[in-house]
Amino acid sequence: MKDKVRQIVLACCQEHNDVSDAQIDIGSGDSAALFGVGGALDSIALVSLIVAVEQAIEAELDVLVTLADDKAASQKTSPFRTVGALVDYTTACVDGELSVDD
Amino acid sequence: MTEAVTLITGTRKGIGRFLADHYVSQGHRVYGCSRQETDIDAPNYTHFCLDVSDERAVRRMFSQIRKDAGHLDHLVNNAGIASMNHALLTPLSTAQAVFDTNVMGTFLFCREAAKLMQKQSFGRIVNFISVASPLHLEGEAVYAASKSAVQTLTQVLARELGHYGITVNAVGPTPVETDLIRNVPKDKIDRLLERQAIGRMGTCDDVLNIVDFFLRKESDFVTSQSIYMGGVC
Repeated sequence: MKDKVRQIVLACCQEHNDVSDAQIDIGSGDSAALFGVGGALDSIALVSLIVAVEQAIEAELDVLVTLADDKAASQKTSPFRTVGALVDYTTACVDGELSVDD
Repeated sequence: MTEAVTLITGTRKGIGRFLADHYVSQGHRVYGCSRQETDIDAPNYTHFCLDVSDERAVRRMFSQIRKDAGHLDHLVNNAGIASMNHALLTPLSTAQAVFDTNVMGTFLFCREAAKLMQKQSFGRIVNFISVASPLHLEGEAVYAASKSAVQTLTQVLARELGHYGITVNAVGPTPVETDLIRNVPKDKIDRLLERQAIGRMGTCDDVLNIVDFFLRKESDFVTSQSIYMGGVC
């Protein structure tokens, strides 16, 4: 599941890069900074990326997830700081939804 | 040219039903919802039975629209409930139900609609407020407060969504002959009409005229606005 989520997140990052001057360093893989120190995204761009990932997860995995919720805000380190953190957090959200549906 | 896709809440009866019938007749792909089934029967109309404050049901509805239509042009947040009672006699459960439908429902639909609309950099959202707020109608404290919340929501969303090409406006009907005001005494309605600049009941056509204006492609520089019918301000 995590590899599939990573593919989705990276595709969404590429979509962002295609239309923005503020480039995400996709070549750095999981360590590519998104938001916060050294991050490529401002708050509006982060909102768009999160929505894009939510919609891509829904389209490709048929799972409805909410990435920007209280749980995300209460994490010790932001799940939106790097590609890897976003992949980990999104995977956990997808797994959580799938276990609820079981 | 792709057909316009329009989502209207509260389409089983009243103003919502009128608007659904109208946009179906105009050839829009219309999606509607209400807590109960509808008898609208048209190939370009799809109905969902749900509570507008049920987040999971609302998200499933938008997921279906995304799969079916692929995009959304218009959202008309018509669904609403009223409660007429003195504040001292209003149960908390009633207040919560009014806020759940009028405020949380409107918020949920705006949020999910905007996610769809931002992908195409175009969208029109029309929320429903009420003259009960500016007229500070006695006996409608909770309802009026909920509609004030919707107006503020409209104004803030207009700013947050403007750069996506999405406009967010509100229409504030005067009393219109619907179930919503069925239990309001005639003398109260008469006193309310006296406070309007134009002292008559509103009609569904009056509402449609304003909604139509907000939905027009040419209204792309009109956002964060509230239009009250009958000259109320």
